[in-house]
Amino acid sequence: MALTPDEVVRLAGLARIELTAEETAMLAPQLDVILDAVATVSEVATDDVPPTSHALPLVNAFRADRVRPSMPAAEALAMAPRAEQSRFRVPRILDEGAQ
Amino acid sequence: MSEPQSPRTSMTDAVTTGGAEILTSSATDLVAAMEAGQVSSVEITQACLDRIEAVDRQVHAFLTVDAERALRQAREVDSRRAAGQRLGPLAGVPLAVKDLFCYQGMVTTAASRMLAGWVSPYTSTVVQRCVDAGMVILGKTNLDEFAMGSSTETSAFGPTHNPWDLERIPGGSGGGSAAALAAFQAPLALGTDTGGSIRLPAALTGTVGVKPTYGGTSRYGVIAMASSLDQPGPCARTVADAALLHQVIAGYDPMDQTSIPRDVPPVVEACRQIDLAGMRLGVVTGLSGQGYAPGVTQRFEEAVAALRGAGAEVIEVSCPHFEHALGAYYLIQPAEVSSNLARYDAMRYGLRLDDDGEHSAEQVMAASRGAGFGAEAKRRIILGTYALSSGYYDAYYGSAQKVRTLISRDFEAAWATCDALISPTTPTTAFRIGERTDDPLAMYQADLCTIPANLAGIATGSFPAGLAPEDGLPVGLQVMAPVLCDDRVYRVGAALEAQLEAAWGGPLLASIPPLGAAAKEDVR
Repeated sequence: MALTPDEVVRLAGLARIELTAEETAMLAPQLDVILDAVATVSEVATDDVPPTSHALPLVNAFRADRVRPSMPAAEALAMAPRAEQSRFRVPRILDEGAQ
Repeated sequence: MSEPQSPRTSMTDAVTTGGAEILTSSATDLVAAMEAGQVSSVEITQACLDRIEAVDRQVHAFLTVDAERALRQAREVDSRRAAGQRLGPLAGVPLAVKDLFCYQGMVTTAASRMLAGWVSPYTSTVVQRCVDAGMVILGKTNLDEFAMGSSTETSAFGPTHNPWDLERIPGGSGGGSAAALAAFQAPLALGTDTGGSIRLPAALTGTVGVKPTYGGTSRYGVIAMASSLDQPGPCARTVADAALLHQVIAGYDPMDQTSIPRDVPPVVEACRQIDLAGMRLGVVTGLSGQGYAPGVTQRFEEAVAALRGAGAEVIEVSCPHFEHALGAYYLIQPAEVSSNLARYDAMRYGLRLDDDGEHSAEQVMAASRGAGFGAEAKRRIILGTYALSSGYYDAYYGSAQKVRTLISRDFEAAWATCDALISPTTPTTAFRIGERTDDPLAMYQADLCTIPANLAGIATGSFPAGLAPEDGLPVGLQVMAPVLCDDRVYRVGAALEAQLEAAWGGPLLASIPPLGAAAKEDVR
């Protein structure tokens, strides 16, 4: 199975990563080789083997639902690309369909 | 500054305030010298800072050094010690921190353009515990971008050079921490290990690195790569030093949902018990042979003989599914990466490009992520996106999770016949910078021996086993022990260290070629 450059562009789009043409040309064959190598996992992954998502059998950890002091807004915003009125300032999102 | 003297003498002689002896001393010896009033934390810290200044242009172990803050911490510890306060076992000892740990007020980059200049607004639990223990934070060390890599070459800020041979990689992802130890820039360092990022650099630099049991050390405040695998751990020049740092950083943390609410295994005590009588070690039969450098095989076999000499019974153990570990890892890890790195969306922190009122949020995201992530990060995010996408999920991610079960079963079966498993840490010695950058699969092969332990969440570490005769570069021996049996890793490591150092007449790092004036100018 071959991963085409078009497929790489589609996946990059899903991951919100803009790729240059050179990057796409480089990544497609590399990803293909990697996928070929890792595909052997399906040979041993038979139906009778349960999947493991996590190494340790831990149960969900809960804490008391109590109000605690949190990071002051100014500190949380200190490294924001843009901030305004104690909030993160982000680019417009509402008319994306109109592009 | 002069080149450090042979550690061979400094390990036995009393530490003086001369500089060279300070740099090559173990943390254990430094603390003893501070307690005896022979040296101060300020002197030790200044010696490390001077050494960084002198050699880091060649090694490039550090991304950030904060001399002022370090010296302030050192002065505080000195005055507390002078006042007769009871201090922790590593108080006043300088520490180098992999630049994946948040430390309030210090830049944390994960070696990515995405986070260049980002100052952490809070401190990770592991670093906080070190600060609370009176340790002195020298700065942040280089790594592969977001800890993705086996060579420290994917760092957006340039590679780290192996102090044994500046033209070679120090391993990765935590190459900066390991190189800082081998270059005598710091006596202790912090790492994180997702598929070998502590153990591989330890092996390739002739140092000690331990990946604790998953859940044994807190991930709170550590930049996430693959959350079901990531685990912070200690890096050191001696086994006892690693255990002391392990003891400081380990233990339950309510801020980490996967933290284990159990006592820390007796790692410090385990180092004092240097005979292995009654212990049965299993050599993993599949982790040898074709693809392993002759010098790696030779030193590993000699190390096995040394462990026998320490009283261990050594058997062979087959782990039939380990051969599929690499495949499972390079599906599970990218899948988790694609999810974890989604947070770099250019909205709340990190790089933001094209925010000019013309481009939508989605376009700003794609442009920022395209420019902010390096090639390896993009490779893995796209691979993970593919492995998780509909139609491929069962064949890839689903199968990989099943292999994870099979690997855990291999370990469980092994524990029925032996107390710990051993193998080479990695199939080869340090390769040349640039040698594998265009061949990701060849790069991934470096993690062949280290990955099974991460998939199963067990305790593991790498210890110096000697220099490969063909190239004079370090070889590591890996120890793997059951969940929460981290003490066994240290017990085997300490026994190996005692046996081999007796045979060598001193530590392996005593034979590292000198850095400094004799070395090439500006190899970067």
